[in-house]
Amino acid sequence: MLHDWQPNCSIELLHLRAQVLAEIRSFFLARSVIEVETPILSYSSGTDPQLDFFTADYCSYPLQQTLYLQTSPEFAMKRLLAAGSGSIYQICKAFRNGESGRYHNPEFSMLEWYRVDYNLTQLMDEIADLIAALFKGRYQLKATQRISYQDLFYKITRLDPLVFNYKNYCAYALKSESPEAIELCKTDHNAWLDFIFSHHIQPSLGENTLCMIYGYPACQSSLARINEDNSKVTDRVEIFMNGIELGNGYYELIDAQEQNQRFDEEILHRQQNNRPKIVKNTQLIAALKAGLPECSGMAIGLDRLLMVMTNNNHIEGVIPFSLARS
Amino acid sequence: MASYSTNEFKAGLKVMLDADPCAIIENEFVKPGKGQAFNRVKIRNLKTGRVIERTFKSGDSLEAADVVDVAMQYLYNDGDFRHFMVPDSFEQYQCNEKAVSDASKWLKDQDMCTVTLWNDSPLLVTPGNFVELAIVETDPGVRGDTSGGGGKPAVLETGAVVRVPLFVQQGEIIKVDTRTGEYISRVKE
Repeated sequence: MLHDWQPNCSIELLHLRAQVLAEIRSFFLARSVIEVETPILSYSSGTDPQLDFFTADYCSYPLQQTLYLQTSPEFAMKRLLAAGSGSIYQICKAFRNGESGRYHNPEFSMLEWYRVDYNLTQLMDEIADLIAALFKGRYQLKATQRISYQDLFYKITRLDPLVFNYKNYCAYALKSESPEAIELCKTDHNAWLDFIFSHHIQPSLGENTLCMIYGYPACQSSLARINEDNSKVTDRVEIFMNGIELGNGYYELIDAQEQNQRFDEEILHRQQNNRPKIVKNTQLIAALKAGLPECSGMAIGLDRLLMVMTNNNHIEGVIPFSLARS
Repeated sequence: MASYSTNEFKAGLKVMLDADPCAIIENEFVKPGKGQAFNRVKIRNLKTGRVIERTFKSGDSLEAADVVDVAMQYLYNDGDFRHFMVPDSFEQYQCNEKAVSDASKWLKDQDMCTVTLWNDSPLLVTPGNFVELAIVETDPGVRGDTSGGGGKPAVLETGAVVRVPLFVQQGEIIKVDTRTGEYISRVKE
């Protein structure tokens, strides 16, 4: 098409993005968190059962190998932490295959940081500080909200997210006019949580404010640590503004054996669901064995952050060139 | 018949859902960062006109519906059926009152309209966005009143009743927006 050479977003947005990036860097500089760079292209990928990756061919005759574009910089950054880097952050591109829509572009900008010796509460304090600093003078925010996943879920649905009661979940699906959930989710507790949360809970979260949800059900723990006092929940936080999911953080799992076991479970889950095969990241396991310091880490989607900041209702409004124009 | 995956869903696409032909209005990709991907789809049942929301697992697919919109000329009403013709091919179709439904009050002989065919039988008749029809009955208005306020009912030659400004007279031809049923302007012959 004739206008395809032009950027999706406005020139003002380029300026805003540049300012926001500069402010993120000065925020972490002032806190002595160092900026790092890790490979975007690597020999292994994340195991996350719900993420699809891009592959690339590495050709150096006669060698020919498959490389993976990162879905997040998590593994490489944890290896730096294990090697003694101290607190670190990175602003980079992450790639997720097949994700395209109003809130998704397959290639997107991510801010990821790790704080040595921080627990989840300390991490949440820092997230609130960062969001306040970035929104100051740009967007009037109401007081930050913090609510546990269980309380929130119960408040809206009257269901217990930590205990799967198929009959109650089905009854809720009928009552909330989404009977298709019964067929889609069957007896998969995780699928039910994803369905109900994304359809009936998330859209109303964080209206003109930062809303932090913590204490995710253990079945949604991913790389977070299981809570010390309650093994049904995990020390994971997700943040939302104006109904948009902006980021995800953990009090990081540092037990190599448990990490290895979760990898194997995820690999099995991928096999059972006919998803592309992955290569297990044994380097991460080795790093955890060598000793990952106690730490918490957070990732924030910067494009979505800009969407909230500028009231854009499509990610194309905040990135220079979406996939269609890339 | 072909089928479409959720990735291909876009506004206007015609698919079969619950054995009825439907048109997709909106398709939103919903995916929690660490969770399952869904497509939340707003869809219109073309038989009933009802709009519903339905969620699919990303990657699921629906069978395509053999539904096409064809421009046709309205010919006449024989009492049981209304008859339409494709101008180029002279192919004729008859529609029952159910397919014509709301369109009936805007249909004048010889006017062009859109007939939606499902497996080659008429499903729905949509009048043109604007039609020009004569007023057959309205109260005499007040001359000189050109304001937009107020208005009065007017019966049109097809039986439709629309509100018109007071200055518009019986026998005049007016332009009406069929989507809203609102008077637009008078038409000079």
